[in-house]
Amino acid sequence: MDWIDVLLVVARVVAVFALLMGVCTLLVWFERKVVADMQNRVGPDRAGPWGILQTVADGVKLFFKEQVTPRKVELGLYLAAPMLAAVPAFLMFMVVPFGRPFTITLGGEERLVPLQGADLNVGLLYVLAMSSVAVYAVVLAGWSSGSKYPLLGGVRATAQAISYEAAMGLSLVPVVLFTGSMRISEIVAAQSSTLTFLGWNIGFPAWNVVVLAPSFLIFTISAVAETNRAPFDLVEAEQEIVGGFHTEYSGLRFALFFLAEYINMFTMSALAVTLFFGGWSGPAWDGVLPAAVSALLPTVWFFVKVLVFLFIFVWLRATLPRLRYDQLMTLGWKRLIPSSLVWLFFIGGALAVRRFGLPWS
Amino acid sequence: MSEYFQDYVAVAAFAAFGLVLVVLTLGITYLVRPSNPTKEKVTTYECGVDPVGEGWNHTFIRYYIFGLLFVVFDVEAVFLFPWAVAAESLGVPGMIAVVIFILTLLEGLLYAVRKGVLKWE
Repeated sequence: MDWIDVLLVVARVVAVFALLMGVCTLLVWFERKVVADMQNRVGPDRAGPWGILQTVADGVKLFFKEQVTPRKVELGLYLAAPMLAAVPAFLMFMVVPFGRPFTITLGGEERLVPLQGADLNVGLLYVLAMSSVAVYAVVLAGWSSGSKYPLLGGVRATAQAISYEAAMGLSLVPVVLFTGSMRISEIVAAQSSTLTFLGWNIGFPAWNVVVLAPSFLIFTISAVAETNRAPFDLVEAEQEIVGGFHTEYSGLRFALFFLAEYINMFTMSALAVTLFFGGWSGPAWDGVLPAAVSALLPTVWFFVKVLVFLFIFVWLRATLPRLRYDQLMTLGWKRLIPSSLVWLFFIGGALAVRRFGLPWS
Repeated sequence: MSEYFQDYVAVAAFAAFGLVLVVLTLGITYLVRPSNPTKEKVTTYECGVDPVGEGWNHTFIRYYIFGLLFVVFDVEAVFLFPWAVAAESLGVPGMIAVVIFILTLLEGLLYAVRKGVLKWE
């Protein structure tokens, strides 16, 4: 590892950060615009063309706002919570590959540059770990505010986020079982061919969702709940508990929670695409198109797929009313967790039969 | 340095970069934002009226039970992942062991349901 490698790592880190910031800015605007459309409104249209700079304007405003610190707060944790929300949100995305690795010649050597923060061998566990850390931010913010509404939001978050965290973890085991690896790049590679059904190549991409559809459903539902988005936004339900855990936060401290929420939404969409819809894999027409276009096309496929998921996130928010808390818990513990366990049995049994043959043969 | 550690150096760099960025932005806002707290402004929010009692009230015990149950199931997931990676080499004995493991936990969940712990009222 020489200095060029170090430089490449730094370049990747900066690239992923820039990507997340850019995506987050556009995503807030996208959500407001789509929800406005669904409600027959215009939505933001003043800042920049089609209001596309609205998020930037909001960000600048929050930057210069006074940050009121109520007298009753536990200062240390109160200040740490927004950072604890933002940093894991950044970290979670870094294992998701968003394009095909390419080679460049630098310093007289050919070097492979993956379009991914880091390709960890425990990729999926890392993602689950980071999403667990994100729960702390909400709980600590709620508790350290020393106020009633945030406390309610905090305890709601404890039960909600962890319930769906368990369901999500269990829904991802079949993916690992099916692929045989937790490394995300290998999960993508396993999906890049086409499906063979009864010996026929039917020309459909070998996406995990075809075989693991129940896993995908459970994952998607838990992902919406994990990001505290409607219809699972009981943690910050405006009509019931004001702002929930961030009631006592203002200015940039509030903006960090907001940023984290949208980055998490993007990461969860990216994960759904990567684990179940082939990630960046797609036709690149190597040799037909210019090499630069072929290298760029996988990234385009990735973002197109992610955009579909982001639209679904927004659509859910515009359509569904919020769940009641007991319904939320029933759905999590009596539907999602048992069904993911049963599904795990089923897929495990099916794969065992395929690999080791029938028990009586 | 091996490939293995190189990946984690990238993770550490990422975490450090993120932390520095967040702290730096918060630091800059500290310099440019106004700050004139008044006695009313720093009171705890309670829909406009003076706050009643302490902020840390008693909350429903149910939340805590869900927390306990979660620990069981998250640990389960952590055990299942390594098995899922090595399922092929562990073969049929590994499969049987995992089935027993999951059934034990599923029974625990069933017990909790029958006990009425998951009922929210």
